[in-house]
Amino acid sequence: MLSTQAIPQSWGRYPRVKPARVVPIYWRDQLPDLRTLPGPLLAYGYGRSYGDSCLNENGTVLVTSHLRRFLAFDEEQGLLRCEAGVSLAEVLDLIVPRGWFLPVSPGTKFVSVGGAIANDIHGKNHHKAGTFGCHVTRFELLRSNGERLVCSPTENRELFEATIGGLGLTGLILWAEFRLKRIHNPYIDMERIRYDSLEEFMELCAESDEQYEYTVAWVDCLASGSKLGRGIFMRGNHNQSPDYARKPLPRKLPLAVPVDLPSFTLNTLTLKIFNTLYDHSQLQKRVFKVIPYEPFFYPLDSIHDWNRMYGPRGFFQYQCVVPYDQGYDVMKEILQRISRSGQGSFLAVLKKFGDVRSPGLLSFPRPGLTLALDFANQGPKTLRLFDELDALVRESGGALYPAKDARMHGEDFKRFFPRWQEFMRYVDPKFSSSFWRRMALVPSREQSATVEV
Amino acid sequence: MVLQKVVIVGATSAIAYEAAKCMAARGAELFLVGRNPEKLETVAADLQVRGAQRIETFVLDVNDVARHQEMLDAAVAAFGWLDGLLIAHGTLGDQHKCELSVEETLREFQTNALSVIALLTLAANYFEQRGRGCIAVLSSVAGDRGRPSNYVYGAAKGAVSLFLQGLRARLARHGVAVVTIKPGLVDTPMTAHLRKGLLFASARRVGRGVYRAMQQGRPVVYLPGYWRLVMLIIRLIPERVFQRLSL
Repeated sequence: MLSTQAIPQSWGRYPRVKPARVVPIYWRDQLPDLRTLPGPLLAYGYGRSYGDSCLNENGTVLVTSHLRRFLAFDEEQGLLRCEAGVSLAEVLDLIVPRGWFLPVSPGTKFVSVGGAIANDIHGKNHHKAGTFGCHVTRFELLRSNGERLVCSPTENRELFEATIGGLGLTGLILWAEFRLKRIHNPYIDMERIRYDSLEEFMELCAESDEQYEYTVAWVDCLASGSKLGRGIFMRGNHNQSPDYARKPLPRKLPLAVPVDLPSFTLNTLTLKIFNTLYDHSQLQKRVFKVIPYEPFFYPLDSIHDWNRMYGPRGFFQYQCVVPYDQGYDVMKEILQRISRSGQGSFLAVLKKFGDVRSPGLLSFPRPGLTLALDFANQGPKTLRLFDELDALVRESGGALYPAKDARMHGEDFKRFFPRWQEFMRYVDPKFSSSFWRRMALVPSREQSATVEV
Repeated sequence: MVLQKVVIVGATSAIAYEAAKCMAARGAELFLVGRNPEKLETVAADLQVRGAQRIETFVLDVNDVARHQEMLDAAVAAFGWLDGLLIAHGTLGDQHKCELSVEETLREFQTNALSVIALLTLAANYFEQRGRGCIAVLSSVAGDRGRPSNYVYGAAKGAVSLFLQGLRARLARHGVAVVTIKPGLVDTPMTAHLRKGLLFASARRVGRGVYRAMQQGRPVVYLPGYWRLVMLIIRLIPERVFQRLSL
């Protein structure tokens, strides 16, 4: 589950590349000497990034999953300090019984705190709370020259901002401190609403964003025509009743996918069946339920290693954001292309991002609509579809999410992340990743001269 | 078995730490003993956050046998009494170096066997007198049969297992549980240099097993459990055949 794998892989299991060295880090007072370790270096936690941003072909991977101790917990202020390899699952186990919750929850709790910062992760409450990085108060960064720097909005601010969403390229995060959110109990008041079109989704967002902390929709990617964009809209708030505070959480045994399933397991037919079942499993238009936080936030975490369902060839996830002003039309076009291609996945998530700004220089979320879906790796056919989708995202002024990516083009990265040149000045010269080398960014001389530190 | 006040020797080792986490989460008072003061503090802070009611640390090199009594006295003085003792320190020495050096071999034996036996001798008397409690020691599957690849380590662990077996019978009459824990291959700093295959278990899984075994006062526990079967088979292989296997 959380144990270190022999060869670090990414969640999409594509590309399959090997580092030259795997160096586990056990103690903050016994760090390897980064000056003498052969580069390039990259931190690796639990390998929940989908593409190659957590991979370092022929380089040295610094495994942080043993660096997982808590340093301090201020239960009055809701301020937690822990080592970078602590998983959000462990954080939740600690804080939920004491009436606190994560400020931002991604779709899986099996990510490390360091990874949460490096990818500036977001969740169902982005429209209210922004990204994870918005709640980070400080962290310690180890640079390859041996320097250990505490970074915060007031101390080493530039490095602080570069490291949030910095894809692990600014050095190794050793520990971090972040703010938590008060809760009354571990339950969520959840409402599921079946909706039939993208228009209806937009209306539901408009109606819900103010009063609901969490909103997200599951979209049937194979639906087309008038049903395009149909799905289930979920919204929720933390339950506030004292009755639920005493109710014990149900303990379910996790399921697991023990072996690779053959690649054809997830062909169009099974997808269609899955999507139809999902859509009709609730005949009523609206369902209201009080449910534990885990199935609400982490429905897929109950099936361990679900990525193996895509077989040994691995899979892609495509996550884009398109700005509000054109969001609706572009999203419609994107969904149409996916629907037509018949390559859609059973997990398609649609969410409206808010306008809370992250301190991160390379942060992905921005005001607009974001769509995330899986695609089984069917080779050139899948890559061609992505190129088509890229063009739409590019024209709309949107962006792709590096944490999910294994194939975006370097030219596009520059457009998606206009502050990349500024960012490059804070990249540790000895740190790199397969993703970063794939981007092959070269700052132009004039432009880098105009941006002063 | 109540595990409210526990001494953990080798508290910064990965397996002991994982077991300590289980105890801390239930509000235990923990007396952490280790060689490195910085690591001890790191672990102490973590266990405090996880809910330990009280943490005391004691810096000790277990090979300094003369200080064992002082350490136990300090623990009893701090907590009033002790419910449990977990001995988890150890080194996985280089077998080849041991073969070339008497000094190296004896040092391995000192750390993995003699220091444990010395500590057990004192602790046994404390718990016998108290008439309750639990003593758990991390031995190893390596102590079940001597193998060419690590028989020095194996012999030390084997000595500990045999010592515990006798001690268990002695203390059973006094209401004290003696738990022999035999982990298989565990992914810890001690095995960082080894290639991780399928047989490797996480320290977390093994640490939880240690806690459960102490709670239940079980006699001999293999962790993970399948090692009981693996070692049964290995022990049954006739000596002449065994010599030809490269284990």
